[in-house]
Amino acid sequence: MKTPRNSYVARHLVDVPRSGIRDFFDIVSSRKGVISLGIGEPDFVTPWHICEAAIFSLERGATAYTSNLGLMELREEIARYTERVYRVTYDPRTEIIVTVGVSEAVDLAIRALLEPGDEVLYHEPCYVSYGPVITFAHGRAVAVATRREDEFRLTRAALEAKVTPRTKALLLNFPTNPTGAIMARADLEDIAAFAREHDLIVLSDEIYAELTYEGEHHSIAALPGMKERTIHLNGFSKAFAMTGWRVGYACGPAELTDAMMKIHQYTIMCASTMGQKAALEAMRSGDADAAFMRKDYEKRRNYICASFKEMGIPCHIPKGAFYAFPYIGEFGLSAKEFCLRLLDEENVACVPGTAFGPSGEGFMRCAYAANLNNIKEAMTRLARFTAKLRQ
Amino acid sequence: MDELLRLLKENALETPRNLAKLLALSEEQVKARIAEYERQGVIRGYQAVVNEDLLGLDRVSAVIEVKITPEREGGYDLIAQRISKFPEVDSMYLMSGGYDLLVFVKGRNLKEVAFFVSDKLATISGVVSTGTHFMLKTYKDSGILMTAEKEQERLQVSP
Repeated sequence: MKTPRNSYVARHLVDVPRSGIRDFFDIVSSRKGVISLGIGEPDFVTPWHICEAAIFSLERGATAYTSNLGLMELREEIARYTERVYRVTYDPRTEIIVTVGVSEAVDLAIRALLEPGDEVLYHEPCYVSYGPVITFAHGRAVAVATRREDEFRLTRAALEAKVTPRTKALLLNFPTNPTGAIMARADLEDIAAFAREHDLIVLSDEIYAELTYEGEHHSIAALPGMKERTIHLNGFSKAFAMTGWRVGYACGPAELTDAMMKIHQYTIMCASTMGQKAALEAMRSGDADAAFMRKDYEKRRNYICASFKEMGIPCHIPKGAFYAFPYIGEFGLSAKEFCLRLLDEENVACVPGTAFGPSGEGFMRCAYAANLNNIKEAMTRLARFTAKLRQ
Repeated sequence: MDELLRLLKENALETPRNLAKLLALSEEQVKARIAEYERQGVIRGYQAVVNEDLLGLDRVSAVIEVKITPEREGGYDLIAQRISKFPEVDSMYLMSGGYDLLVFVKGRNLKEVAFFVSDKLATISGVVSTGTHFMLKTYKDSGILMTAEKEQERLQVSP
């Protein structure tokens, strides 16, 4: 008889730690009356006309599978949207795939590209799933730290220090969760030149693009010579407050889209039909909703940044997404200790910066996609807490 | 619309200090702009949005469609102003379509409103006809829902 194994779980999975967010979530959930600035999703309900369009589609009996690539009319709308908003033209027949949230799109793109041992560069602090998704695909996740001094923008110098002959792709997320960093066109041009020189594919997760408060959002795919080496990843969750619908999409060269489709076809089949119908309505007539929400977030951003300034806590101005990422290093506590004590003593939940990678040490993430009254109360409590720590 | 006005329309009790923080302005700038809006008559007052259905008041509200004959040299405005001065009139608009004025009135009871319509409104010279509709229940007022919907549960912490 064969000797029983110590564990049946795949080795490369065991080594991936649980998300720091998940750990923190468990602690927060055990408490009552918490004011949470830890929620990475809009506090708005999906605009009613979008919900209503989905309900109508159900009434009409649109409950069957769609094409693997997604509803043709949705892909056509996405093509129109990317042309109008990001100034990149994609062929809806061969270059666009509708996915289950942008999360699936990231996973598909990574799996379509990587062979075991291939390296992917990504900037950090960053969204929690990038590193693990690369590891699951047997790739090597190579984090490139961004710094507060650069307003958490990615620089070519930082990338050059980490690139190797095995590097195959570069994963970008601007505006960034958790730092709110954005890249100006000139910044992107440097990165684009780097990608071309090292023959890298760029995966650009632009889920927060519509939430840019200063300057204009630029898509790296729109730069000369970049469309053919960029997979543009996006979705409906943030701009249209549709997190629970789980609809995203990827646009890229036909060869890569087709490879992604292969995985998607065998593992997912298609994104939910109801969700796609809702997404269609969002693309067609959701611009005003997105603009309205952006204005509202901007005011909350101003409020939260002004509050940190009053407290004397350094915080770069987040120019996109809905997160502030203040520096809390002066208090002599680790980010995790700071957040745990803040939770314990003032019942305010913020996420330690280290949940987004080791370079997040000394920072915490405060999501301002929260009710304004809650933000106000959280800031009052945080001011009390930090004053106490300084005594 | 100016974001300052939008914020005040949402919550007129917001302090100048908070308004300043929300708009990335100084408190003095906010105060000066509010004062200017008040001086210009852009801001005409501050009121609470009250759900009167919850108060158990014996009050009735009605909407009256009024047809009028415009006056020479005064157009609709003279008659409209005459009507709008009655304290029973809560709000009033000049409309396109089948009638001219839409008048919202409040009274202690049906009789009082009926008296206002038949005795005061209908007898004004230039008023051709009236059509009165009584309100039964308020669902939404000034952009605010009168019944709070249960908040959907969200994860306390999410990536």
